[in-house]
Amino acid sequence: MRFAHAALAAALVFVPVSLRAEGVTSFTLDNGLEAVVIEDHRAPVVVHMVWYRVGSADEPPGKSGIAHYLEHLMFKATDELASGELSETVAKNGGSDNAFTSYDYTGYFQRIAADRLDLVMGMEASRMDGLALVEGDIATERDVVIEERNQRTDSDPGALFNEQLNAALYLNHHYGIPIIGWKHEADSLTLEDANSFYEQHYGPNNAILVVAGDVDPEEVKALAEKHYGVVAPNPAIVERNRPSEPPQLAERRLRYSDPRIGSDYVSRRYLVPERNPGDQKDAAALTMLSRVLGGSSTTSVLAKKLQFEDPQAVYTSAWYNGLTTDAATFGLAIIPVPGVSLEDGEALLDEAVAEFLEEGVDPKQLETIKMSFRAQEIYSSDSVSSVANRYGRALTVGLTLEDLDEWPDLIEAVTEEDIIAAARNFLDRRSSVTGFVRSSEEVTQ
Amino acid sequence: MIRFVFAIFATVALTSPLRAAVEIQEVTSPGGITAWLVEENSIPFTALEIRFKGGGSLDRPGKRGAINLMTGLIEEGAGELDSQGFATARDALAASYRFDVGRDSLSISSRFLSENRDEAVALLRQALVAPRFDQVALDRVRGQVLSGLRSDEGDPNNIASLNFNSMAYGDHPYHSLNKGTTESVTALTRDDIVTAFEDTIALDRIFVAATGDISAEELGALLDTLLGDIRAVGAPLPDEAEVMLTGGVTVVPFNTPQSVALFGHEGIPRNDPDFFAAFVANQIFGGSGRQSRLSLEVREKRGLTYGVGSYLAIYDQAHLVLGQFASANNRMAEAIEVIRDEWAKVAADGLTQTELDEAKTYLTGAYPLRFDSNASIARILVNMQVDDLGLDYIDTRNDRVNAVTQEDIRRVVKRIYRPDDLRFVVVGRPENLENVN
Repeated sequence: MRFAHAALAAALVFVPVSLRAEGVTSFTLDNGLEAVVIEDHRAPVVVHMVWYRVGSADEPPGKSGIAHYLEHLMFKATDELASGELSETVAKNGGSDNAFTSYDYTGYFQRIAADRLDLVMGMEASRMDGLALVEGDIATERDVVIEERNQRTDSDPGALFNEQLNAALYLNHHYGIPIIGWKHEADSLTLEDANSFYEQHYGPNNAILVVAGDVDPEEVKALAEKHYGVVAPNPAIVERNRPSEPPQLAERRLRYSDPRIGSDYVSRRYLVPERNPGDQKDAAALTMLSRVLGGSSTTSVLAKKLQFEDPQAVYTSAWYNGLTTDAATFGLAIIPVPGVSLEDGEALLDEAVAEFLEEGVDPKQLETIKMSFRAQEIYSSDSVSSVANRYGRALTVGLTLEDLDEWPDLIEAVTEEDIIAAARNFLDRRSSVTGFVRSSEEVTQ
Repeated sequence: MIRFVFAIFATVALTSPLRAAVEIQEVTSPGGITAWLVEENSIPFTALEIRFKGGGSLDRPGKRGAINLMTGLIEEGAGELDSQGFATARDALAASYRFDVGRDSLSISSRFLSENRDEAVALLRQALVAPRFDQVALDRVRGQVLSGLRSDEGDPNNIASLNFNSMAYGDHPYHSLNKGTTESVTALTRDDIVTAFEDTIALDRIFVAATGDISAEELGALLDTLLGDIRAVGAPLPDEAEVMLTGGVTVVPFNTPQSVALFGHEGIPRNDPDFFAAFVANQIFGGSGRQSRLSLEVREKRGLTYGVGSYLAIYDQAHLVLGQFASANNRMAEAIEVIRDEWAKVAADGLTQTELDEAKTYLTGAYPLRFDSNASIARILVNMQVDDLGLDYIDTRNDRVNAVTQEDIRRVVKRIYRPDDLRFVVVGRPENLENVN
């Protein structure tokens, strides 16, 4: 089995079909919990993750930050565990644990010796429906979250500006609200807010279990039945029903200054389609567009035009993340060389993209990018945690295992024309925000 | 296959030492270059790690930042290929070469597919034997470094490091940052870059490790191809640094809502007989995770920070106990007081038997889990060589953790936690916190 898998993996470069499904199995429990098992027997390690299909974009109005705050509080007491006991027990067994919150999902994980899977599953199941918060846990942990916000956002002018940028990009959707919450709202969250969010969104029927490493899928299923199978589905859980974006008719422009900014820059974001179940073609084309424009600091289109041929920029970038539940973002940025104004920098960026649309995609560049995608399939299988993450993210944003399997083929099928069409269709200034970020209000030349 | 001798326990807590036994082969090439190898054929690629000791600290007087800039230029054109030609060739092979430089070493982390290994190695060889350092590439990358330096000026963590290091190291190279300053980087010439290359990239200071789909024989041939033609001798390695920190508080005023603090004093060397005792003690006192004493007191009980820790900082030319955290300006003074109290408490009272037992089960249980990918095994193997740890280290490491006694801990905490010598450098607008010298 192990050797058969290795032999197949060797063929991956030239046959980029979904061979990785070889070591990947899935099952669903009667209570609605979906599970994916990824086998990797190289080391006696397991990564055990539970992902909930709930994130900051599911928060009620006025309660920004509650998804993330609850994630912190999930390490406190449950019906079976004392506050902090889960992490302490994991550490005593040589493991590590943590959690993360995003717009669309919240995840909890442990990395530990494979023979401790039973132990960590039991504890993770305990906080799936048995969180038992007390008032004493609340205030201190809220202070911790505020310090986290201070550290991640308020101490970083670029992060502060990105909050403003996203808020302007999304007119109605909660992607415009920071994951960690606006400070004035995150500062006043209560025990009741946390409990109410937990009761609304947590339960096996809103969860995805990902187990990756030196495990046998049958044993994982038996353990999942034992620990998660006994948790009753939560009737409060309903299909996601979020505010959506109206047609965007007016381009937005922001000016921001902060003395902590080192190099002035221009950042633009467009609202574009995300990867959707059974419908990932636009996302595949946008992915390739971002790589062609900005995937390499040396050979991508923006680098060539703006950093090499006629060096007017210190740095350029283009990026796209389609792994979201709702409308995604395509970004462009430029740091002009000293002496070039932001107005000129923006014009240069726009000219470079316009030229690119006329010139078309270099087929050799496209082939190289496709080669790197195929190689990435091999390189990424070296890290079982990153494979587990890929599955967890895709499934929680609403994609299926079939969508994941199809993705490499869709990337492979993207043509030069698809990329140009995606740029023409989706990089629409009316649904964009452009920000000028400076160290001071005064424009010096 | 990577094999671990991994005992199965029926009980929850680990009670006896685990051993992670990866099969390391010591490979010497026909040309005499040595590397450590773990062969692992299940994924068709190889991770190759190379270290050149010395790193950024070899910058010549007045040329601070030359080695850092040189490191950023190695991949920017070699032999017949200019920057874009080199990148195009590399990307067509789907290989990656990551060049990085720290205060003690220059590192190359590369990975390449089995199907085009020879071509990927030949291209990397070009960068190591015939880098072009074209003026146009130099000017472009210099612009990026200068842009980064401007951003650093507004980063409180960077300001804290600069101040802490200049207090700690006098005029030793450690006192300044590898990136150099706007002034020093602006003045660098192509000749400086060539000198930096010749000083740094040499066989008399090289360490190599590989993990993945490659045999000992193949690796031997690869070593000679890749490294056989680089120069034999580089610049003399730097001298030991004298740690000149004194106890007290230094406030560096900076407008930010949250102050950042760096703190520490001299520590314990890697080869000290009490190093393992110190390592275990610090795991309990300030180690990673939410269970350390510092984290419990500062974060969990009081909510004064998002994260705080301490660690044994072992550099080639100095050894310190260091820590860092960030707290709102109106809470920084309280956090410092709590840390000072804990520092004094652990020095006076040591650690409990339960803490010691739990730290041992954590450390010995966690160790085998590190060996879980080609990339991480190659990194561990190269660092073991740099630290002069010996091929048997992996087999004996957990025994040495388990051998630490309460008596060892009592002895070592007085050496590594000295409250009167503890220096805090705080960047921000902390309230009720004054300079103390």
